[in-house]
Amino acid sequence: MSVAAPEAIKAVPIRHYGQWATAAVVIVAVGALVWSVGTNDAIQWNVVGDYLFRPEIFHGIGITLALTAFSMVAGIIGGILLAVMRLSGNPVLRTVSTGYLWIFRGTPVLVQLVIWFNLGLVFPAIGIGSLSTSTNDLISPFGAALLALALNEAAYMTEIVRGGILSVDPGQTEAAHALGYSGAKTMRLIVLPQAMRVIVPPTGNEVITMLKTTSLVYAIGAQDLFTEAYNFGSKNFTLFEMYLVACFWYLAMTTILTTLQSRLEKKYAKGSHAVPAGPGFGRVIGKVRMLRSPEGGAR
Amino acid sequence: MSDVMVKAANVHKSFGHVEVLKGIDLEVKNGEVFCLLGPSGSGKSTFLRCINHLERVTAGRLSVEGELIGYREVGDKLHEMKPKEIAAQRRDIGMVFQRFNLFPHLTALENVMQAPMKIRGVSKAEARTQALALLDRVGLSSRVDNYPGQLSGGQQQRVAIARALAMKPKLMLFDEPTSALDPELVGEVLDVMKDLAREGMTMIVVTHEIGFAREVADTVVFMDGGVVVEAGSPSQVIDNPQHDRTKSFLSKVL
Ligand SMILES: Nc1ncnc2c1ncn2[C@@H]1O[C@H](COP(=O)(O)OP(=O)(O)OP(=O)(O)O)[C@@H](O)[C@H]1O
Ligand SMILES: [Mg+2]
Repeated sequence: MSVAAPEAIKAVPIRHYGQWATAAVVIVAVGALVWSVGTNDAIQWNVVGDYLFRPEIFHGIGITLALTAFSMVAGIIGGILLAVMRLSGNPVLRTVSTGYLWIFRGTPVLVQLVIWFNLGLVFPAIGIGSLSTSTNDLISPFGAALLALALNEAAYMTEIVRGGILSVDPGQTEAAHALGYSGAKTMRLIVLPQAMRVIVPPTGNEVITMLKTTSLVYAIGAQDLFTEAYNFGSKNFTLFEMYLVACFWYLAMTTILTTLQSRLEKKYAKGSHAVPAGPGFGRVIGKVRMLRSPEGGAR
Repeated sequence: MSDVMVKAANVHKSFGHVEVLKGIDLEVKNGEVFCLLGPSGSGKSTFLRCINHLERVTAGRLSVEGELIGYREVGDKLHEMKPKEIAAQRRDIGMVFQRFNLFPHLTALENVMQAPMKIRGVSKAEARTQALALLDRVGLSSRVDNYPGQLSGGQQQRVAIARALAMKPKLMLFDEPTSALDPELVGEVLDVMKDLAREGMTMIVVTHEIGFAREVADTVVFMDGGVVVEAGSPSQVIDNPQHDRTKSFLSKVL
C-alpha cells in the first residue's frame, strides 16, 4: 500500500516590510550625505584627484608601510619573548613581563610616542662615559615612532602569543622533555610551530590595526602618510582635501590587508576542530619553516 | 657494573598534601620486562614519570644505572640537577604515552628524525636512514610521509615507539600504551613491544593487558594505594596471587 506524497506546501512568505523600509531610509541618508559632500563648494574635488598621486603622498605611504612592517616584526619578536617569560617558571621573568604589560597596555600609545620623542628633555645624552651621544641625534622622529609602536605592539602580541602557547596540548611538552629536549628547544621546535595556528589570524588583525595606528606619529612629525598629507594641506590651504586623500590611501591599504587576512584566517581555520593535525596544517607550518630557514628549502 | 637498571628505594611522591607514592621499593634488572599492574589512581603513572623526572621524587632514592635521577648527592645532601643535566638523563630513557603525543606538525618520518638531529646532533642523512629503518621495524614503511592526524591510533603509537627508540635508549617506559586504542588495534602495538622485549630491551610497562604481562613479563608488580602489594613472576602474581587486593583486582580485569 503506498501513500501518495502530500502536496508541496505553498505558503505565503513573510513579507519583510521592515527591511524595505530601513533600506529606503539608509539609501536616502547615504545619498543625501554623498550629495552634500560631493557638491560642497568648500571641497575642491579636482584638487583631491590631483593630489592623490603627489610624490609627498607616496613618500608618506612608504614611511607608513615601513613603520607598520618594522614595528610589527619587532613587536612579534618582543611578544614571543615576553610571552615565554610570562609562562616561565622564573618568578623574576614573570614579574618583568607582567610589569611591562601593565605599563605599555595601561598608557595611551600617543602618550608613549610623545615621551620617546622627547626623551632628550630628561636624558640629554645616552651612553656610558665617552661612548655617549646626544639623545636628540639618536632618536629621530622616525626612530621614536618605531620604538614607541614596537614596544607598544610587543605588549599586545604577548597576549596573543601566550594564548597560542597555552592552546598547545601539555602532552606535547612532556613528550619533548621525555626525549631530552631542553626548555628552549621544546618551545622553538615543538610548541611555537603548533601555536602558530592560533597566533597567526589575530596577528593579521594587529597588522591592520597597526597600519592605522601609525597615523598617530603625525604628533611627532614622522613624515608618514598622514603627516605628509597634513603638511601639504596646511601649506596649500587644502587641508580637508588632503584628509580625503589620506583616507583614500588608508582605505586602499587596509582593503588589501583585509583580503589577505581573511584568506589567512580561512587557511588556519581548516580542521581546527578535528584532530590537532591535518596535512594542510603541516604544509602551512612547512611553508613557514621554509620561509624562515634556507635548509628547509630542500624539503 | 651491576646488572640493575632501575632501583627504587623507599620512593615517596606527594602532590601538595596528597601522598601518592608511599614508599616504593623495587629493582628492575638489565634486559628485564617489568609490568606494573594496579587499579586506577594507585600511582603507576606517577611512579613511571618519576623515573624520567617528569615528576620529582619527594623522598627516598630513585636511580637508573646507579645514577640518581634529578638530584646529585654531595656528602649527605641532595642538590637539584640543572635542567640541562636532567635533559641529558632523559635522553637515555624512552617513554611511550597513553595518548601517543606525537608531534602533529611533523610527518611520521620527521617525528622520528627530529630528536636525534636536534638533540644528539646526528646528521640529517644518518637520522633519516635510521628513522626509515625504525619505521620499517614497526611496520610503517609505507606511511612515513603521513602526518599523525592521517594515521590510526595503532599506527600513531607505533610511530611513537619508533620515535623513542631513535634516541637509542637503554630503558623504555610504557604508560598504558594500548589503553587509548580500539580493541582491534591493540595487537599490532603489543606485537611491536614483544619484538622489543625479545631483543633484550629493558622495559617498564604499565598495562591492563594481563595476557601481555603473562606472556612477556619477567616480573609483575601489583600496586595499590601508592605501595607495592605484591611482586614476582607472572605465574606467581597473576596465576597465584597471595593478597586479597591482588585477587580482587585480577578478578575484575581478567
Ligand atoms: N599533577 C598532579 N597533581 C595532583 N594529583 C595528582 C597529579 N598527578 C596524579 N595525581 C594523583 O595521584 C594519584 C595517582 O595517579 P596516577 O596517575 O599515578 O595513577 P595510575 O595508577 O596511573 O592510574 P590510572 O590507571 O588511572 O592511570 C591519583 O589520585 C591522581 O589524582
Ligand atoms: Mg596512569
